[in-house]
Amino acid sequence: MRFILRRLGFYLIAFWASITLNFLLPRFMPGDPVSRMFARTQGKMQPEQIDALRKLLGVDDRPIWEQYIDYLHNIVTGNMGISISRFPAPVTEVIAAQIGWTLLLGGTALVIAAVAGNLLGILAAWRRGGAIDSALPPVLIFIGSFPYFWLAMGALYLFGVVLGWSPLRHAFTDGVEPGFTWEFLSDVGAHLVLPALTIVLVSIGGWMLGMRNTMIATNSEDYITMAGAKGLRPGRIMFRYAARNAMLPSVTSFGMGLGFVVGGAMLTEVVFAYPGVGYQLLNAVQGLDYPLMQGLFLTITAAVLLANFLVDILYVRLDPRVRSN
Amino acid sequence: MTTAILKQPSEPTEPTAARKPNRSFVHGLITNKKALGGMIVMLVFIALALLAPVLFPGDPSRITAMASLEPSPEHWLGTTAKGQDVLALTVHGSRSSLFVGLTVGFASTFIGILVGLASAYFGKFIDEALSLVTNVFLLLPGLPLLVILAAFLPPGLGTVILVLVVTGWAGSARVLRSQALSIRSKDFVAAAVVSGERAGRIMFREILPNMASIVMGTLLACVIYGIGAQAGLEFLGLGDVSTVSWGNNLFWAGNEGALLTGSWWVFVPSGVCIALVAFALSLINYAVDEVTNPRLRKIKTPKITERSAAK
Repeated sequence: MRFILRRLGFYLIAFWASITLNFLLPRFMPGDPVSRMFARTQGKMQPEQIDALRKLLGVDDRPIWEQYIDYLHNIVTGNMGISISRFPAPVTEVIAAQIGWTLLLGGTALVIAAVAGNLLGILAAWRRGGAIDSALPPVLIFIGSFPYFWLAMGALYLFGVVLGWSPLRHAFTDGVEPGFTWEFLSDVGAHLVLPALTIVLVSIGGWMLGMRNTMIATNSEDYITMAGAKGLRPGRIMFRYAARNAMLPSVTSFGMGLGFVVGGAMLTEVVFAYPGVGYQLLNAVQGLDYPLMQGLFLTITAAVLLANFLVDILYVRLDPRVRSN
Repeated sequence: MTTAILKQPSEPTEPTAARKPNRSFVHGLITNKKALGGMIVMLVFIALALLAPVLFPGDPSRITAMASLEPSPEHWLGTTAKGQDVLALTVHGSRSSLFVGLTVGFASTFIGILVGLASAYFGKFIDEALSLVTNVFLLLPGLPLLVILAAFLPPGLGTVILVLVVTGWAGSARVLRSQALSIRSKDFVAAAVVSGERAGRIMFREILPNMASIVMGTLLACVIYGIGAQAGLEFLGLGDVSTVSWGNNLFWAGNEGALLTGSWWVFVPSGVCIALVAFALSLINYAVDEVTNPRLRKIKTPKITERSAAK
């Protein structure tokens, strides 16, 4: 319990740091975002927008600590201001509409990559020098060396443009009515395959090698030799004895990966124009929509911190040694 | 990262011996096939980057031919939608990409060394504070933070480097701290403390030389991060779009619809170059792991080793 409280305190500090960073950035950065924005919109801004922007960027004349307290209060109450590019929608509403797509894309890719990668790692370590162990790692490291947005471009070109097997952009075809109909769900699935596949392809190598290396260390432990000497079936030793204990670092990676789900698929989303938070963040940056930009960053940070905290709690259950530390 | 933590210091623990370059380490690296292959690829790219102005004199982004030509004897890699020679853009692109990658790599590793050593050496409050800052930076989502920072700062090479170092140092600090901690507890460090050596001297002359292999691994990882992250930032149009680099080549390829018009030769070369450099650096990195961690060497029968591994 003490451990969990300590971690909770740490995550609160981390979240506070990112809120403060968010607050300080527009106020202390060189250049003037406000004049950039006025130039861009050429007087088309509504009075409410100007007001919101002033508040956000600290152009009003109140002392900075007063603005800061105001800012903190707004964050705590979930008031992130009004989006400029999608005026007059509140930032929270814009984000709520996008985050589901990101969770779908990133979550699918993460689960597939983690499960498949860990299984491959277990098998590779179990048969040191076997076919999987010698052939796969170099290939996967090589594939993992490509920037994942570039793999996405290549896949889009090959399967979308040349072969025409896959839709080119967006999460579903325009005109298909959203809802729990077979037509809509299969359309969403068809749009999901290629982006998810490219993320899986790039990340699977890391899962496999991580698992392989921990498994190798675990395999040389005495209790594995003991289990073998007792005459247990190899499959049982491999999964129940070795893999189970080698899983711990993978659990941590999974937590980090959960955080990566929200912020990390960004470039893939951009390539496929997939309407998630990453794609939206780029649009916000290009449209100089500072309130939306900051709201998205805070949402992504909060998601990362939450995911890591959940993994910490899980970790305490899985590994008793953490508690005594 | 797991492998980094598992790594054992292979050097002898006498301070006098530690200061000499470790011959077996260098020898192991040169005779390792992975490392050799990686180093050859890197040398080719460094040579290309240095020779770019000789091979392709003048501004590589000037328009010299018809638009969207397929690869041909005149233009080995074809031309862009604007009519620029793709080969010239790719060769010149290596300059900015390698420069940023190396700068970011060295700077992040340097900060990581400072923070990691100070954390491990002083311990107590300093360690708590530095670890807190490191962990916070480690958790902040990298790419979104990169994008936000790049959006607020004026575009330019300096901004890209600054942003990448700010978001990249924490990982190396954590790895280096854990290694420095284990060396900190060795007898020769205690002896140096008792004999009244200055803190800076102990950190940099006694502890640091014993971390050579892990510092090298961290450096390689940071360079890979720098090259990849720069490409990502520039692909989003957040770098300095007027310079020629692999990331910007990909940005323009996307911007000019190279994918949809079927001009694969515009976006393939820069991506393959990034991958080759990253792959070569990972090969060297894995070789460093293999040379310093006997457990990862290719053996058919797993040996029974000490039970310190599972953490």
